[in-house]
Amino acid sequence: MNPALQGLLTIIVGVGGCVGYFYFSNQLLDRVIFPARGPNAGVNINRANQVRPWLFLFPAIFALGLYLAYPVVETLRLSLTDRVAGGGYDWVGLANYTQMFNEPKFWEAMRNNMLWLIVVPAAATAFGLLAAQLTDRIAWGNVAKSLIFMPMAISFVGASVIWKLVYDSRPAGQDQIGVLNAVWMAFEPGLWSTIVLRILPALLIVGFAAAVAYGAWLLAKPIIERDDRGPGMLAAGLRGAVALLFVWLIWESVSTLPGLLTSELPYGEPQNWLTISFWNNFFLMVVLIWIQTGFAMVILSAALRGIPEETVEAAIIDGAGPFDLFFRIKVPQIMGTILVVWTTITILVLKIFDIVFAMTNGQWETQVLANYMYDKLFRANDWGVGSAGAMVIMLLVTPILVWNVYNARKEMR
Amino acid sequence: MADLKLTKIVKAYGDVEVLHGIDLDIKRGEFIVFVGPSGCGKSTLLRTIAGLERITGGTMEIDGRVVNDIPPSERGIAMVFQTYALYPHMTVYDNMAFGMRLAKKSKQEIDERVKSAASILQLEPYLNRLPKALSGGQRQRVAIGRAICRDPKVFLFDEPLSNLDAALRVATRIEIAKLNESMPDTTMIYVTHDQIEAMTLADRIVVLRDGYVEQVGPPMELYHRPANLFVAQFIGSPAMNIMESVVTAASSSEVAVDVEGGGKAVVPIAGAPSLKGHPVKLGVRPEDLRIAGEGEQTIVSGKLDIAEALGEVTLLYVNVEGHEEPILAKLSGYVDIERGSEIHLTADAGDLHLFDGDGQSMLVEAERKQAA
Ligand SMILES: Nc1ncnc2c1ncn2[C@@H]1O[C@H](COP(=O)(O)OP(=O)(O)O)[C@@H](O)[C@H]1O
Ligand SMILES: [Mg+2]
Repeated sequence: MNPALQGLLTIIVGVGGCVGYFYFSNQLLDRVIFPARGPNAGVNINRANQVRPWLFLFPAIFALGLYLAYPVVETLRLSLTDRVAGGGYDWVGLANYTQMFNEPKFWEAMRNNMLWLIVVPAAATAFGLLAAQLTDRIAWGNVAKSLIFMPMAISFVGASVIWKLVYDSRPAGQDQIGVLNAVWMAFEPGLWSTIVLRILPALLIVGFAAAVAYGAWLLAKPIIERDDRGPGMLAAGLRGAVALLFVWLIWESVSTLPGLLTSELPYGEPQNWLTISFWNNFFLMVVLIWIQTGFAMVILSAALRGIPEETVEAAIIDGAGPFDLFFRIKVPQIMGTILVVWTTITILVLKIFDIVFAMTNGQWETQVLANYMYDKLFRANDWGVGSAGAMVIMLLVTPILVWNVYNARKEMR
Repeated sequence: MADLKLTKIVKAYGDVEVLHGIDLDIKRGEFIVFVGPSGCGKSTLLRTIAGLERITGGTMEIDGRVVNDIPPSERGIAMVFQTYALYPHMTVYDNMAFGMRLAKKSKQEIDERVKSAASILQLEPYLNRLPKALSGGQRQRVAIGRAICRDPKVFLFDEPLSNLDAALRVATRIEIAKLNESMPDTTMIYVTHDQIEAMTLADRIVVLRDGYVEQVGPPMELYHRPANLFVAQFIGSPAMNIMESVVTAASSSEVAVDVEGGGKAVVPIAGAPSLKGHPVKLGVRPEDLRIAGEGEQTIVSGKLDIAEALGEVTLLYVNVEGHEEPILAKLSGYVDIERGSEIHLTADAGDLHLFDGDGQSMLVEAERKQAA
């Protein structure tokens, strides 16, 4: 049979099966099991209504159990066992985990995942917010929005192919087909390249550090001032921890400045961008940011439109300029949505696999946890360590997921 | 010098003009109420004064300074919105302090002003609360407090009471009246579609219709001498009865008319144009009508359709021949009349209003002509 026909048939059978299940099981409940007739009609109606939610939820619960809950338990079991030659398995306790923790490749993956975790959600949310605010007020805003949203429609692997072309390099002397190298080759030592390659990035880094410092100060202020309206001990501790993390970020970013300003730049040589270790992580992150900015923009733009216009007008009368309006009136009002977007992207980032797999396959120090797990499980055929990797990812995702759901539910109220 | 002077203010959204050349002189300390049916442009006019809408034409002066191009925050105004428009993420204190913080006022001054506004409005216990933890009335008081903190020359209110329930509305209305008394130098402009709010609060009322000013004057002037049919019917509740009439005689001091349904009336108007034989409209408020005594001239008579006794007054709905809607009479006390019985109504000559073919009050027109 033609695959297209097959697909169509599958859809018809699938959808028809669902409709059929709900319709006939409902009929069965109302007509046969608890008929609304006879002496027990009233009781039967109540009983049927108590059973109905479970009846309708059953397919979803069953599928989730089969495809989600069972694999989790099974993965946990596998991570505690080792394959025995000739079939069967042995319980080995935490040996797989110890083995994994002793591998530098695992820690490389952890570090890279943390980098992704900090950079991608922040950048995607920030760009999304910026795009949402800027496109809301202009005539061709909707066209711009569609363009920014479009990468969402591209699969991660497709996006990776596109960006691989951007980062492509040809030997010197040939035409560069990669945009980045084409631009790079245009630079020569001189004033302009100093401005564009040293001063501009330095300013960006200083700006970033300043923004983070402001954030850290905002977080630390209630603790330092001992504001009695401030939060309790736990919240204070949390604020302190995040503030310390911010201080670390400031140090990390500022400490790159001397190198940036003094290093020798290899002008005129095409670069293999994806092999420049450490920085190549960022080249990969760009792909995901490119995709996720559209998502953040769409959600945040809806949130921005939900802000009561009067609060903005009241602030204008109070003398707020565009920046005060944005940062002190609008952003705080959509903080809940920003958090939901942020955590949603965070979860996605923790599971990131396709982009790394398609672009570097974890070489040149770009390994991430999901690709590490895949490596162990399907290439080294070591189901024990592979499953242990999977469990680590799950452990990292769960708290953020819980928090995300909590925030999303708060938003809906 | 007028504190607020509007000259030929025009506002258009694209091709649609919603304000058609509004002229207004408002003196310092006055309480002005814009009133009119929904969609007549009250809010738009208020927002042009606030500077939230740019005017398309005309000039706006505050304290003699043209403010056409001055941003809202520098006009010396404060505004209270219908939906309160409190900043939901800020405490009551921060809501009131926000404007002063932007203006880089000292912490001490901010604290003093917030505290004093809070004490005027009895908000002290709530200063650390978020708006969502306040009742509607309290939120509205915070919005007013935020406006007070700006120490404005002109206070703008856009239907501030319409989101409150009936009892709170009366209480808050009285509070606003008191606030006005305690700030004699502050001009207040208040938008409402509720004529009771307009009558009770205003020094002067501006009646708007479809972007035109219909009449400006103190509440009692609007009630006793409406300049046209629209104002006559808009001010006062229940609305004024309007009856088709024909002028039968006009002297230098009186106009005599035949009223539809067979009645007659003589209206004292000095210097009215002789419109003998012309159709005019006779207006009389329900509360000015009374049952005609023996030998008294009937203005309107008909069959009683229904009587509603409310205790302190009785409303009579009288079907008059040739008149579509029943004529309404509001008699004080309890009046016991059988349904369907013939009723003869009359009123004092001084309480009658005559409107010419264009709907303009003949009395007001005649006086204007004499003054000119
Ligand atoms: N932003 C706008 N764009 C187009 N028309 C508007 C706008 N705002 C108000 N209008 C129109 O102006 C007229 C007056 O509105 P408004 O001042 O809000 O009336 P109201 O007296 O009820 O406060 C209405 O007909 C309304 O449709
Ligand atoms: Mg309005």
